[in-house]
Amino acid sequence: MTKRSWRRRVLLPVVGIISSAVLVAGCGPDNSQNSLQPAGEEARKIDDLFMFVVVIAAFIGVFVVVGTVYAAIRFRARPGRDDRPKQTHGNTALEVGWTLLPAVILAVVAVPTISLIFDLNEPKKPDAVEIIAVGKQWWWQFEYPAQDGEPRVVTANELHVPVGREVFMKLRACDPSLPGECNVIHSFWVPELNGKRDVMPGRQNTLSFTAEKEGVYFGQCAEYCGLSHANMRFRVIVQSEDEYADWLASQREGPAVTLAQAGEAGNLFSAKYACTNCHTTEDSSLSVYGPNLTHLASRSVFASGYYKLTKANLVDWILNAPSMIPMESKECRLPPGPGNVCVGMPSYVNDTPPGLPTMTRSEAVQIADYLLSLK
Amino acid sequence: MTTVEKAPPVSRRDVGLLRRPRATTGFASWITTVDHKKIGILYVCTALVFFVLGGVEALLIRLQLFGPNGTVLTAGQYNQMFTMHGTTMVFLVGMPIAIGLGNYFVPLQIGARDVAFPRINMFGYWVVLLGGIFMYSSFFLGGAPDGGWFGYTPLTSAPLDSGFLPGRGPDFWTMGLILLGIGSTTSAINFIVTCINMRCPGMSLLRMPVFTWMMLVIAFLTLFAIPPVTVALTMVFFDRNFGTLFFDPAAGGDPLLYQHLFWIFGHPEVYILILPGMGIVSETLPVFSRKPLFGYAIVVFSGIAIGFLGWGVWAHHMFVTGLGPVAISAFGLATMLIAIPTGVKIFNWLGTVWGGSVRLTTSMLFSLGFIAMFTIGGLSGVMHSVVPADTQQTDTYFVVAHFHYVLFGGLILALFAGFYYWYPKVFGRMLDERMGKLNFWTMFIGFNLTFAPMHLLGLWGQPRRTYRYDEGLGWEALNQLVTVGSFIIAFSVLVFIVNAVVSKSRGKVAGDDPWDGRTLEWSISSPPPEYNFAEIPEVHSRDDFWHRKYTEDDEGRLVPLPSGGAEAHAAAGHDGHGIHLPSPSYFPLVTALGLPILGYAAVFQNVWLALLGAVVLLYGIYAWAIEPAD
Repeated sequence: MTKRSWRRRVLLPVVGIISSAVLVAGCGPDNSQNSLQPAGEEARKIDDLFMFVVVIAAFIGVFVVVGTVYAAIRFRARPGRDDRPKQTHGNTALEVGWTLLPAVILAVVAVPTISLIFDLNEPKKPDAVEIIAVGKQWWWQFEYPAQDGEPRVVTANELHVPVGREVFMKLRACDPSLPGECNVIHSFWVPELNGKRDVMPGRQNTLSFTAEKEGVYFGQCAEYCGLSHANMRFRVIVQSEDEYADWLASQREGPAVTLAQAGEAGNLFSAKYACTNCHTTEDSSLSVYGPNLTHLASRSVFASGYYKLTKANLVDWILNAPSMIPMESKECRLPPGPGNVCVGMPSYVNDTPPGLPTMTRSEAVQIADYLLSLK
Repeated sequence: MTTVEKAPPVSRRDVGLLRRPRATTGFASWITTVDHKKIGILYVCTALVFFVLGGVEALLIRLQLFGPNGTVLTAGQYNQMFTMHGTTMVFLVGMPIAIGLGNYFVPLQIGARDVAFPRINMFGYWVVLLGGIFMYSSFFLGGAPDGGWFGYTPLTSAPLDSGFLPGRGPDFWTMGLILLGIGSTTSAINFIVTCINMRCPGMSLLRMPVFTWMMLVIAFLTLFAIPPVTVALTMVFFDRNFGTLFFDPAAGGDPLLYQHLFWIFGHPEVYILILPGMGIVSETLPVFSRKPLFGYAIVVFSGIAIGFLGWGVWAHHMFVTGLGPVAISAFGLATMLIAIPTGVKIFNWLGTVWGGSVRLTTSMLFSLGFIAMFTIGGLSGVMHSVVPADTQQTDTYFVVAHFHYVLFGGLILALFAGFYYWYPKVFGRMLDERMGKLNFWTMFIGFNLTFAPMHLLGLWGQPRRTYRYDEGLGWEALNQLVTVGSFIIAFSVLVFIVNAVVSKSRGKVAGDDPWDGRTLEWSISSPPPEYNFAEIPEVHSRDDFWHRKYTEDDEGRLVPLPSGGAEAHAAAGHDGHGIHLPSPSYFPLVTALGLPILGYAAVFQNVWLALLGAVVLLYGIYAWAIEPAD
């Protein structure tokens, strides 16, 4: 094979295969959390702009990298080659040229950038669904405000929204239901629906997204928020308008089983292990320290949204939550007081404070059965 | 006064506690030295030790993330690792290595015998070393910092018993960074005064070598960047320990204020890290291409422009904090502007190589690698200035990829170029080129394996600073690749360390000017004498040493001068008799020792330690002031 035909027969196809493989692989896995597979109007606009910039950047990058390699090889010193090169000190025209060229390219990038910034910042539409997200340590609370005389709905880890309608998120770190309670900075991020927006204590940021397809999309806290930041996941469940309305109505109902009806499990839950200090199972309109459990069994995930809601997981969680999601909760069974550090849910089998009971597995199973009956 | 030949005493006060040390060799000489070259070596060696520590932290991070739901580290340990990795690499590696190289070579490049303030120079070194030890001692004293290298409030500033970050780690972090800031500030002042006042005759500012120029620029950046972060850190410490409410939103404080203060430091800090790298390759590329730097003036002015613009872009770290569309548009545009001087530099480096006689030494390979990798990092940087895209990328692995292309592909590759380039000058022997090539190629391949896949991981949704990820998200394969790459980098660093140690005694003897250099450091012996220049040189042009060796014919081709640079070595026979050099001193160390004691006093809120620290510090300062001159 001559040098040229070798290039044509082998090199070009190989380069072609590799680059198309990179392109295909580049769009990545169908993991419901992939910013390159947008499923929302906002995320799609961002992706389009990003891809435009990627193409420009790729041209420049290939140009410079190839230029560097080419210069190094072409001008390398070899025996017999004159090692007294012409001493160029600069070239004004050239230098002005390559000062202006990036400026022009950047202008081309800047125009759609600024335009999209303002586009994404449009005030909310009149028919938008308004939902409050509160960043907690380390889970998300979602509140659907009271409407038309119906009470608000407080839920956790799963955000239900209707398809095709703008969702207007109010992002909070301070929970007005719990005066003086402000959390740290979190960041609300559902890559397939929109970019992220920080949850700033003391401020209220907002973020809109419009889902284009029904389905489940993963979200995750994107601002480092302490020990279990990695676990702070949530999911957005995009439903048809009807399904969404049904879901909201069902969430507004009272508990399927009241504490009183739950008998022994209710006693374990409220009196013996004082779960009610932080949780409620009785009223879906209440915002309390822990996730509102009134309709826990209607969710598919729990525990920071990291674990599937199965009985086995739930029993393990009730017994020893910090072994599943690391938390600073050793002292959470003590009364609040100076020096008592309590973030998260305590273990009921380890570090039991003196005088308090340690939970048995059968008790945990009873509590789990009760919680799983809360449809 | 230390002279090479014993000078008669000029002072009667040469007695007692304040007597100045005399050792010129051995351990004592390294403790008391004020020689900028020895201090430079100390800085670089210290920073390399921290580089290994920070590298080990990175490897632990990568082991943890090799597969889903990793269990190598606990969540708490992982958070300490990424916090200390970032803090170490920025404050205990990037800055000290640049300061170390600058210490050694700025005076040599401007024809000076030392820096302007030799004792302050040594003080700066001790503060960095002790500050680093202080920070790392936290591992044994109740837990390392775990609030991230950026330490956002209110996570870091909430009172200890709020449980957000229990343990003393964040206090070690704030105090440690304040200490390191003191060290950096003294170095900055020293570089500024040295560059302005101590240039040899004829060395006008626009004849200064570009590396020295960049050290001058970063000295100014450091001087103005450290105060805001010191303020911010102090406020964090007070919020956390003394009940102030600067960042407590429930009391009307504002956590966002911290981010402004941190990034008005933090962004110039990025340029403090990268500009020395740009300076280094602006030295090596001309030497190994046998051509002058293409467009010297525009390269220097671009560096200055980057320095200035670096102050106007801090909020691009805060695009998702809700600053509003007008503010983020302005900061997005300002960020794009920085790409212009950066692009100009890249093209000028290519113009330097173009048409040259390129010697592909290890140093040159690292320099060329710098151009290519830094360009990729710069381009992903422009993607961040595209604000809507940044809202997807920020706080993901895409950003991790971006700044490692800038700081590893940029700074670290340039530093290695500098090591291979200057090692012969410092130790008189060459680093082994065969091991060097192995060092370069393993680092280059390992680097790209480690950081290129992170672009995709970020776009596919993997957030930063997460100690585990669940299975089924499609991130497994690339994370494994990244971990493999990181171990190739570790191997490469090991090769370098072996090379550096072995070559010190076994390397080929370098001679004064092994690379056919252009700048003044190559005009003196390797290693240089204590006094650097027997006679202070007088320069007549940019790259004066080169022009002592070569002239150009009518077509601009090189013509060696018949004397072959003999003029350069005219003073070789000089024995340095009677050259005045500053005397060694104990007091930089004593003074610096007071600072970490005060740091421990603050962290543990111990009055007795505070008194002890104050006594040591004041003793050091006063003894420093009144110790005799010789």
